[in-house]
Amino acid sequence: MKVLVALKRVADPDNANKIKIPPSGEKIDTAGLEWKLNPFDDYALETALRLTENGKNPKARLGEVVVVTLGPKECETTLRAALATGADRAIRVEATDEELDGRIVAAALKTIIAEEKPDLVLMGKQAVDGDNNQVGQSVAELLDWPMATFAATITEEAGAVVVGREVDGGVLTLKLGLPAVVTVDLRIVAPTSVYSAQTDRAHKYAEGVRFAALPAIMAAKKKPLVVKPLAEVAGGMSRTAHYSKFEPPPQRKAGVKVQDVAELVAKLAGEAKVI
Amino acid sequence: MADVLVIAELSDGKVRKTTLSAITFAREAAPLLGGGFSILVLGAGAKAAAAELTGFGAAKVYACDDPSLAQYTAEHFAPTAAAVGKSFGVVVATASSFGKDLLPRVAARLDAAYAGDCSAVSGEGGKLVYKRPMFAGNAFGYCTLSTPLQVVTVRQSEFAPAAPSGGASPVEDVAKAAPGAAAGRVQFVSLEQVKSARPELGDASVIVAGGRALKERFNELLEPLADTLGAAIGASRAACDAGYAPGDYQVGQTGKIVAPKLYFAIGISGAIQHIAGMKGSKTIVAINKDSEAPIFQLSDYGLVADLFQVVPELTAALKAKKAAG
Ligand SMILES: Cc1cc2nc3c(=O)[nH]c(=O)nc-3n(C[C@H](O)[C@H](O)[C@H](O)COP(=O)(O)OP(=O)(O)OC[C@H]3O[C@@H](n4cnc5c(N)ncnc54)[C@H](O)[C@@H]3O)c2cc1C
Ligand SMILES: Nc1ncnc2c1ncn2[C@@H]1O[C@H](COP(=O)(O)O)[C@@H](O)[C@H]1O
Repeated sequence: MKVLVALKRVADPDNANKIKIPPSGEKIDTAGLEWKLNPFDDYALETALRLTENGKNPKARLGEVVVVTLGPKECETTLRAALATGADRAIRVEATDEELDGRIVAAALKTIIAEEKPDLVLMGKQAVDGDNNQVGQSVAELLDWPMATFAATITEEAGAVVVGREVDGGVLTLKLGLPAVVTVDLRIVAPTSVYSAQTDRAHKYAEGVRFAALPAIMAAKKKPLVVKPLAEVAGGMSRTAHYSKFEPPPQRKAGVKVQDVAELVAKLAGEAKVI
Repeated sequence: MADVLVIAELSDGKVRKTTLSAITFAREAAPLLGGGFSILVLGAGAKAAAAELTGFGAAKVYACDDPSLAQYTAEHFAPTAAAVGKSFGVVVATASSFGKDLLPRVAARLDAAYAGDCSAVSGEGGKLVYKRPMFAGNAFGYCTLSTPLQVVTVRQSEFAPAAPSGGASPVEDVAKAAPGAAAGRVQFVSLEQVKSARPELGDASVIVAGGRALKERFNELLEPLADTLGAAIGASRAACDAGYAPGDYQVGQTGKIVAPKLYFAIGISGAIQHIAGMKGSKTIVAINKDSEAPIFQLSDYGLVADLFQVVPELTAALKAKKAAG
């Protein structure tokens, strides 16, 4: 199967405390922040690799994985890392972060997907910088393809994928005829979450994502990476979501430490009046 | 002048309480646009469910009652939502897993800009300004959309459920719009629901949340405490990933966003992604054996102790208090 994965590099959310908002509030100051692949996209890439191999023999690649990003030149580091992990080809759409919003990213990806004709498009359920949770659903609509968001499990069947989605109150399972779009949730990288048609259903993966071996990092430098201008894939569009101001959230103050259960219960009843 | 369309959410043919938060948004946004609001109910049994929503002041309640909508799939719902939505200025749903799945698809169909998970709305020169949490809750952004039609989802914890305002909105039937090729390739297989007598996380006024530290004793320790308090049970990602708790218990940036009156974080370290989902709680209690755990920086009451010892003690103390009246 041929899988296309959309990847975005984001300001490391675990370093988010370092996000600085100048008093004017006009933009978020990303200077000094570490960049890394959006964690959900990391999981989408791992999912793509699992779906294009026999889990028992991952060295023999059985399909093709194409990774795509929209962003400035620096994002090529992210693409090269994905190539080193096992992706076959990369596409970067030249764009500054200021030029993009979810609507444009979706339109651009639609153009690329129409050219590439993958069987499956995988994405993260959300990019953890903007927390939009928009692009996957939008791409599916623009293509008129079926979709499954918040995927926790994917099993390949003949011409289809069976996807377990994490929804309010439980797990909803859908069967999608290919081609389709799937956005992945955290637990997609658990040991028994993803099965390609070739992988034995008893196989257990190691928890989490795989890492590139050193020789693969060298080899990745030679894998194809093409760059396209934004105008070629999303011609004539400009952003329609505008941020006029940012502000830090109100800070909560640390309260008191209680000595024991009795004191806790007394405070909750007498002081906070919540029980 | 423009109107707001609320997309209602059904569960087993009944209106889900999440819908009432989107109605609150509509009541706030419509006057800013100089318009009113209507509600669209989609599903098998939509007609009966629509009757539950006629007392909220909507200009109209549209009902699309069709057997092919018995199970929710975005591919079947989006065309009708877009067909009705296109004569409105703003289409809104609550950011439940239903709203988050459907509305971006509706936005793309209408070529509308989208703002997800909004926590407040205000007006500026006749335009709506949406306040959105970003970067795991480490920043709020004020967002305007420059397409004539806008699609948004709103946080349930930030928009209090609307109370009925009386009146009787007329119910109007709408036919299901023809679905596209996508609908022919999606098939509902099953919905495994975790049935519980406890309140839903989004509605609960008390939440007892547990972390990785609880291990296999997650339920054994937390259920009696939750039952004593009439609380919902939540969990950290680590507890869900390890299988101690179901995935839909997860509270956080990428799980449920909650703001109860009282939140217990038990054996939870307080990672930013967890805090993003619960820091709006009124009173936070943390129980952790590590006095340096980051959760203590935002908890009102901290108890440094071994949870395996103090959780049963706490349950017993609360039970005794209840019995004493
Ligand atoms: C993309 C992404 C999204 C994420 N989304 C979420 C999310 O939505 N929600 C979420 O919760 N996390 C999320 N996380 C994970 C988050 O970063 C943390 O890893 C997670 O919250 C940790 O869970 P925990 O506090 O249970 O576990 P730990 O961090 O391991 O903490 C366990 C705590 O228990 C305490 N403890 C241990 N034994 C005892 C004992 N006997 N008595 C008392 N205390 C004890 C320890 O001192 C420690 O503080 C996300 C991460 C990523 C990368
Ligand atoms: N600039 C981008 N380049 C490539 N993929 C993106 C970009 N922005 C978003 N995506 C994809 O869309 C998913 C959802 O993002 P969002 O809707 O912005 O939260 C991400 O997890 C990525 O897979």
